[in-house]
Amino acid sequence: MPKLVEIKNLKKYFKTSRGMVHAVDGVTLDIKQGKTMGIVGESGCGKSTLGRILVHLEESTGGQIIFNNEDVTQLKKNDMKKFREHAQIIFQDPYSSLDPRYTVEDSIKESLMMSGKYNRAKALEKTQELMDLVGIAPRLRLAYPHELDGGRRQRVGIARALALDPEFIVCDEPVSALDVSIQAQILNLLKKLQQEQNLTYMFITHDLSVVKHISDDICVMYLGQLVETCSSKELFHRQYHPYTKALLSAIPSVNIRHKMNRIVLKGEITSPINPKPGCRFAARCNYACEKCHEPQKLMEVSPDHFVSCCRAKEINN
Amino acid sequence: MDEKKAFLQIKNLNVEYVTKEETVHAVNGVSFKLEKGKVLGLVGETGAGKTTIARAILRVLQEPPAVLKEGEILLAGKNLLELPEEKICHVRGKKITMIFQDPMTSLNPVMSVGSQIAEVIALHNKISKNEVRKKAEEMLETVGIPAERYDEFPHQFSGGMKQRVVIAIALACNPALLLADEPTTALDVTIQAQVLELMKKLNRENNTTTILITHDLGVVAEMCDEVAIVYAGEIVESGSLEDVFENPSHPYTVGLFGALPKIREDVEWLSPIEGMPPDPTDLPKGCKFHPRCPKATEQCRSCQPDLKEITQGHKCRCHFAEEKEGSGCPN
Repeated sequence: MPKLVEIKNLKKYFKTSRGMVHAVDGVTLDIKQGKTMGIVGESGCGKSTLGRILVHLEESTGGQIIFNNEDVTQLKKNDMKKFREHAQIIFQDPYSSLDPRYTVEDSIKESLMMSGKYNRAKALEKTQELMDLVGIAPRLRLAYPHELDGGRRQRVGIARALALDPEFIVCDEPVSALDVSIQAQILNLLKKLQQEQNLTYMFITHDLSVVKHISDDICVMYLGQLVETCSSKELFHRQYHPYTKALLSAIPSVNIRHKMNRIVLKGEITSPINPKPGCRFAARCNYACEKCHEPQKLMEVSPDHFVSCCRAKEINN
Repeated sequence: MDEKKAFLQIKNLNVEYVTKEETVHAVNGVSFKLEKGKVLGLVGETGAGKTTIARAILRVLQEPPAVLKEGEILLAGKNLLELPEEKICHVRGKKITMIFQDPMTSLNPVMSVGSQIAEVIALHNKISKNEVRKKAEEMLETVGIPAERYDEFPHQFSGGMKQRVVIAIALACNPALLLADEPTTALDVTIQAQVLELMKKLNRENNTTTILITHDLGVVAEMCDEVAIVYAGEIVESGSLEDVFENPSHPYTVGLFGALPKIREDVEWLSPIEGMPPDPTDLPKGCKFHPRCPKATEQCRSCQPDLKEITQGHKCRCHFAEEKEGSGCPN
């Protein structure tokens, strides 16, 4: 399977008055053409930052992103516009990602007009198509974001991302704001579009049942680092990292007869500011030992299944 | 359930939002009963009227545009809707409290978290300042936040901790009825697990009657004794957790389960419910679900079904739900 995106030792640090925030810290990952890479983790784990770097909304601090055999971390301004036609993003927060003074139609039309590929009439036609596609009633064409509920606003965001028929879409929690019945429509829609147009997705979410459904491969992040990555099937079949185990056990299940044994973690995600070397999960981990305070390496525990935990083998035997 | 045992009883609640241009029919004849100490899950999609029901119970609907057309809300036999505003102030925060959905915006950013908890305690109890502070500190500890953080401000707390502060405020006066509006929706799963454990523990210890509003069927399965599925301002199915989850009878409930990505099953395509929830300003005639229902017939299009009991305690608002006695369309 050809790789569309290769991420190599990608880093993003933010400078703050209290020190460096290690938002993304040495992530190495391949995304296969036409497939979906799911990125899972809790808020603050750097998954959104990772997505934003990929579409170049943030400059990376270090590392490389190879998109279609080209290093896009070094792109010049003119090439950037071209690149953005290929790589789009659906944002997490439908409340702040839309211009409050743009109507639904304006918002969707904007990128069509910017691309120079559409005249006004064509753009309006395409806007209407896109609105149908994502399920926004035509009567809301001239509505402003404040008149829409969160779900509908997110649909506008999805329509915007789909507008220029991109190759690669970073979906940053695109269905988190939607109701289950609508969420299923959107997930099916994203999947259908993927099959029809051979789209590649990076699907960022905290919802594990969604990620399981949509992803071919999954990468679990914790505090800026990749802790475990493998195929979706494999991950839900067998997890090695203690964090992944806790995360999967925390999902409330609709099955009222078979309750999973829940691992309730102590404490909360620690600060990403000037983190100590070593496993960042150690402070909350039930298996933490001396070795965990040394830098961890990503190890292949079984074919194509990588874990960043020095005790992975030990605690899973 | 006989009248006496019902701790909370809602009878034929109707709420509309009226503006110059249009009228939103938010809650349309909702009735239910809840026993003391039970946890009821109100499940439904955005705009189904779940939050409006909760706000009506607490009488914090924004009026106007909201208009409470009719209905009775009986808490331990007393109709809350007949209480004058001064009296309801004593109920709010003491007997009935609410956890709002968004912990980021439901706290006052310029007040320390401790004093926000203390405010409720001081308002409803005649005790000295020191005692108030002591009690507020205890509440912080109860929800797992060290009392030393009493004087810190909301921005110094993470989302999970803020939500726990909101829970501490809601539980500060040991309420008889807790309305939890999507209490964990804004939180991460591992933090959600902590908050749910906490709510379960507090419910067990204080026997607080709880209405949990959520769209997450997993959370309902975890927390609730009873479930009511709300669609377009109506209860379409209600019953015990087992009834509704193991024997879903309304096509909407069945649809909800089909639309859910499952963690333990592999399906290529989800089965979404076709279409969108109806426009609440222009609700369809007959069964409100008929435009999206795969089984809809002429009867569904013209005649509104009643909420009928199909087995003991399990009610369903569908012409085709199996039932004990036959029923015809009254029209």
